[in-house]
Amino acid sequence: MHPIFSSAIIAAPELVLTVGSLFLLLLGTYGGGANPPGNVINARGVTLAAVIILGIAGWAVIDAPAGRFEAFAGLYVADGYSAFLKVLILGAAAASMLLALPWLQAAATLRFEYPVLIALAALGMCLMVSADDMLSLYLGLELQSLAAYVLAAFHRGEGRSAEAGLKYFVLGALASGILLYGITLIYGFTGTTNFGGIALALSDGSKSLGMVFGLVFIVAGLAFKISAVPFHMWTPDVYEGAPTPVAAFFSAAPKAAALGLMVRVLVTAFGPAVFDWQQIVAFLAVASMALGAVAAIAQTSLKRLLAYSSIANIGFALVGLTAATPTGIEALLFYLAVYLAMTLGTFMVVMQLRTPDGRPVEAMADLAGLSRSQPRLALAMAIFMFSLAGIPPLLGFWPKLAVFQAVIDAGLIELAVIGFVLSVVAAYYYLRLVKIMYFDEDKVGLVSDGSRANGVMILGAALFCSPIGMLAMAPIAAATGRATASLFGLG
Amino acid sequence: MGFPILSLMVVLPLIAAMLVLVLPGDEAGKARAARWTALATTLLLFVMGMQLWQDYATDAAGFQFVERLPLFGPWLEWHLGIDGIALMLILLSVFLMPLCILAGWESVQKRVPEYLAAFLVMESLMIGTFAARDMLLFFVFFEAGLIPMFLIIGVWGGARRIYASYKFFLYTLLGSVLMLVGMLWMINDAGSTDIGVLTDHDFSVQAQFWLFLAFFASFAVKIPMWPVHTWLPDAHVEAPTAGSVLLAGVLLKLGGYGFIRFSLPMFPEASAQLIWLMFGLSMVAVVYTSLVALVQADMKKLIAYSSVAHMAFVTAGLFALNEQGIEGSMVMMLSHGLVAAALFLCVGVIYDRLHTREISRYGGLADTMPRYALLLLFFTMASVGLPATSGFVAEFLVLLGLYQTSTWAALVMTTGIILGAAYMLWLYRRVAYGAAAGDDTRAMPDLKAREVVILLPVVAAVLWMGIYPKAFQDPMRPAIAAVVAKFDGVALATLPTDMTILQAAGPQPVPAGQAARHLVQTQAAH
Repeated sequence: MHPIFSSAIIAAPELVLTVGSLFLLLLGTYGGGANPPGNVINARGVTLAAVIILGIAGWAVIDAPAGRFEAFAGLYVADGYSAFLKVLILGAAAASMLLALPWLQAAATLRFEYPVLIALAALGMCLMVSADDMLSLYLGLELQSLAAYVLAAFHRGEGRSAEAGLKYFVLGALASGILLYGITLIYGFTGTTNFGGIALALSDGSKSLGMVFGLVFIVAGLAFKISAVPFHMWTPDVYEGAPTPVAAFFSAAPKAAALGLMVRVLVTAFGPAVFDWQQIVAFLAVASMALGAVAAIAQTSLKRLLAYSSIANIGFALVGLTAATPTGIEALLFYLAVYLAMTLGTFMVVMQLRTPDGRPVEAMADLAGLSRSQPRLALAMAIFMFSLAGIPPLLGFWPKLAVFQAVIDAGLIELAVIGFVLSVVAAYYYLRLVKIMYFDEDKVGLVSDGSRANGVMILGAALFCSPIGMLAMAPIAAATGRATASLFGLG
Repeated sequence: MGFPILSLMVVLPLIAAMLVLVLPGDEAGKARAARWTALATTLLLFVMGMQLWQDYATDAAGFQFVERLPLFGPWLEWHLGIDGIALMLILLSVFLMPLCILAGWESVQKRVPEYLAAFLVMESLMIGTFAARDMLLFFVFFEAGLIPMFLIIGVWGGARRIYASYKFFLYTLLGSVLMLVGMLWMINDAGSTDIGVLTDHDFSVQAQFWLFLAFFASFAVKIPMWPVHTWLPDAHVEAPTAGSVLLAGVLLKLGGYGFIRFSLPMFPEASAQLIWLMFGLSMVAVVYTSLVALVQADMKKLIAYSSVAHMAFVTAGLFALNEQGIEGSMVMMLSHGLVAAALFLCVGVIYDRLHTREISRYGGLADTMPRYALLLLFFTMASVGLPATSGFVAEFLVLLGLYQTSTWAALVMTTGIILGAAYMLWLYRRVAYGAAAGDDTRAMPDLKAREVVILLPVVAAVLWMGIYPKAFQDPMRPAIAAVVAKFDGVALATLPTDMTILQAAGPQPVPAGQAARHLVQTQAAH
């Protein structure tokens, strides 16, 4: 068989996504009119088809044989690590498509481009976590980013959304430039863009200043994508300006993909330079946890609050990377899996709520007395908040425990103490939402307005984050263990 | 593995809580059904607790009713088991719960099903905390209790409920996360989350100090010790009556339980070296908070400060590091759990009638509410530590144990008894004697049957523990002996007092049993 075919078989999920998103584009373009109700039906149909395509891609991921397979002359690798992350990414992307339907329809902006863009972003993200070379890394990252820029400006008639898109684009382009500059430096000093080749070049101990420079630029560029402090500036503005379902999407799948990518780059390509990047990552982690916890206290907008919450959560996840051990990476993957459920669940609850005059909920104060008007949604929201705050026995506690156990194991007790203390600070604002929902009097009388699919997804996420989710810890631990073993070449 | 009674006791209230939340019917019907469901569940749990006591092999050392299930992946397992200490605290919890439910029977009209569900969840978590044999499982139960208590204070509390609920939550959470860091370090060091394994593991002396301080951060806040006690008066004042009962009755005991389960047996060297810290804080607490209690104008606040003083006896007794001291502390926890709970119930009774806790608004209740005055007198005396009540046994044993370790500390702690008598008797004088503060005070009706039913079991328990404490002490004795055995040959801190008396001999002259028997004889002679 020609190598291109064997490579294509290894990259089957991406192949499915590529062909699928082109098909979706055709389906959307020729499938219905530009005016209601044709465009709505069309968009729903495309969304459904997109979810099915993501499902097929997910099946291709799960069905792939275990082990490490390189494709396209070492540009692409399929292993247990990429498989774990791809399942998370595809799941989060599918959920992001479904959860947007009622919201976009109410905002009269339900167009078929939405699922297509997310499918393209999912393709980029799958490439990112499978990248084994700086070039494929950049390719995946840019594909995902370009789709994301468009998504941020999806409400093209609204100034805020356009502003968010532009802001995201300008800052994102800058970050990509920084990343590329780092890649060129690394290429110049090691003579290769392949991860394995870079590791080999670094492992002979001839570490030059130029390589460290390149490393710093690459980490900075990636830190922008995961919105780690001090490269987080865009996050609150973009979350606030972008349509809420888009913010939900941003907070979930791209974070998982970029973090997964960062882990692979640092562990496989820069593994021999661990002492150089460990302190950078430790700083990113502490700064993100601290800023995410402190800056969120003063917020009144729900979406800004959730933006800072996601910054803080990325900080906690990075703690696992700081440990730079297999246990740390396992904990990080576990953190990502739980974080996706928590953040998507929270956004879904927010989107499900409407004021009686049909306005979407944006301010935290709007949630006052939610436990009276919508007891079930309030309960789900409370579960997500306590889970994000990391209060046992809710599931959100366990990944925090896992990452901190990993750093304590690695001898970084100070980091654990700082992290736990900051988690108490962060608990304050999560509690504030619970307080608003449960202690304050109902003034608005919010109504629940959304699809049954969203209700089911909220229920599923809430059950997963509730103590019942603790029963899922054993299988998740097994999966993260396999993924990490493949990343470290242990199994 | 026999019948999983402990798991059942943990899970049953949770099931009942869910049931209570989904009951059908209109608002009033739901509330009625929820109340009866909750009461039936808590009574059933009380019966199960009694059965547990019945089946418990009193003389046997080690843990009984052990259950083990590797449910939760690599992090922790479902591992339950009880010794005498845990048994007694579980009994205290299941004894107080029906009273809590009854206490809010009429006074709570807002969101009744949610209110009862929060209490049922609390009950499950308390039993779980005492029964957990896995350290992380313990932590989960220990911490999870914050959530329902946060809601109980915040939703059904008084005017400053939001401030109080935040303070309660964040204070205790901050203490706990430091403990969690210590726990994670221990788990990495010992390679197990099993409390038994960790107890047998020898941590290096230097590590013990840090670990002791990490655990201290959590338990000192929880119990609470001066100077981190300030959340307690706020939480008590703002919590609804049943919330205060639960807080004073059981939740404070989690701190003492933590000390006796973790700090003492796992870090004996550090404990022995840091007794000056514990004694110092206890001495300050007992004098300072007693004086603060004297000047309180709010009844609940007064009792809250008295709780801090009583808990100082617990910490002082525990760190006497001998059998009498630890046994006294345990009895003190049980006794305080009953008496403080009863006092909060008493405050609740008159609060329901007049809707104020201000002492100056009452007076002359001995004339207008004779039955109430009688019961309040009884609990006042029990709090003061009158012989024949449980408070006396507790204080006596604590001081007996403490005297052997440090006479100075014993001396200062004894003044706490005198000050305690001062503020409690003065409170009683102002509330029950003299003239009524107003017509509305005079018009308050005496106790209803429900309120008598709530208070009488506590009277019985207090008298039982005061007259025949052996029934409560015997099951705890092997467990306490195991803790004390950890201190064989451990040097106590040398202080410029006579704390070094036992340095060579190791703790333990008079067997506590003799002291208790002596006590019984004295009372019989009266």
